[in-house]
Amino acid sequence: MATAQLAELSNVGAMTPRPFRVAERVQDTVDTWTLTLEPASGTTPFVAPGQFMMVDAFGVGEVPISVSAPPVVLTVRAVGAVSKAICASQPGKVLGLRGPFGNSWPVEDAQGGDVLVVAGGIGLAPLRPVVLRLLAQRGAYRNVTLCYGARTPGDLLYVDESETWKGRIDTYVTVDAADSSWSGSVGVVTKLLAQASFLPVETTAFVCGPEIMMHFAIRELLERGMPEHRILVSMERHMDCGIGLCGHCQLGPTLICRDGPVYSYAQVAPWLEVREL
Amino acid sequence: MQRSLESVLHDVPMLEGLGDERLALLAGCARNVRFDPGSYLFHEDEPADSFYVVRHGSVAVEVYVPTRGSVAIETIDAGEVLGWSWLFEPYRWHFDARALTLVRATAFDGACLRRKCESDPGLGYALMGRFAQVLIERMQWMRLRLLDLYGDGAAR
Repeated sequence: MATAQLAELSNVGAMTPRPFRVAERVQDTVDTWTLTLEPASGTTPFVAPGQFMMVDAFGVGEVPISVSAPPVVLTVRAVGAVSKAICASQPGKVLGLRGPFGNSWPVEDAQGGDVLVVAGGIGLAPLRPVVLRLLAQRGAYRNVTLCYGARTPGDLLYVDESETWKGRIDTYVTVDAADSSWSGSVGVVTKLLAQASFLPVETTAFVCGPEIMMHFAIRELLERGMPEHRILVSMERHMDCGIGLCGHCQLGPTLICRDGPVYSYAQVAPWLEVREL
Repeated sequence: MQRSLESVLHDVPMLEGLGDERLALLAGCARNVRFDPGSYLFHEDEPADSFYVVRHGSVAVEVYVPTRGSVAIETIDAGEVLGWSWLFEPYRWHFDARALTLVRATAFDGACLRRKCESDPGLGYALMGRFAQVLIERMQWMRLRLLDLYGDGAAR
């Protein structure tokens, strides 16, 4: 965590939510909304790609949400009581935010090589800042490929925005099922990797999605010769405090909120193979 | 310059390692075909008399579901193989196949290939092994999709 962030957190207390007002609310899919938030007072925090905020829907509860674009844009899927309350927040509504917490995607470390961004479902949200950073510094990377899978065409995120990415990065999208109005690919996201152009030993892969999807994506990347330390994943467990105190997000010897959520596969491989962990 | 069928077959990943002699045998059962976007390569229940190696474009494998219309269950892209019903009785297609884009493919005559496989069991074994690999790959992909990879996860 950056020193400036620690200083900011110490001012208000890492456990004290700061009020943020919903400035904009956009529906992405039938169950997913993107909220742009502004601090009700004080400064806007700097959030690095991959970091998360603890978001409090007052009176309902608090959940960790990855920031999907700077400064504070959150893409939230309404699946439980808290996330449904957050998604229902209209412009003007105040939410409580703590953070940012956690480490970040090491985007700059991938410079000079090929880059793969592999996303599944809502997993594109934490990777969107990576894509934006890659686009901003496009010349610093060789082949950049986004492989994105979702359940149906109606579940795809950032549809209009991703059209603007296509000329500058190779973008492959697939869905699990579609009617005849869909002219794109139908199949698993791992199949898209066959279409990507990359030199495995000089490639950095950023992978995010449900853990089972990451499991198979990682397997495919390893089979294609990628070293474990070049495969980066964003892990998720039951994060509550956000600052490594409660221990709910423990994965082996690490606490995801404090040491993650971004890890190389080499770091977490032994723990991912342990069932019930 | 137009390439010969044999040289085209050399670039098909599934046929890698077959050797010139057997590729020439296969070329004798093959022809290049072209499908406009939206046109059908085959329909469900029609005789499955061929298989395709897609060289350019994408094909949707579809099934018609009453009240829902045509549902795409898989897409086949350049470099991939489409169709194995030609190998197994009753030699009828189980699904529809529709060109999503302009499709250029190499079509192989199933009856012609079966005859050559019967007279050259080595060729038959080599082809069967390659098709088994395709079948396994497709089955694994289908199993992954049964998992609903992008499900809700922990609902909070």
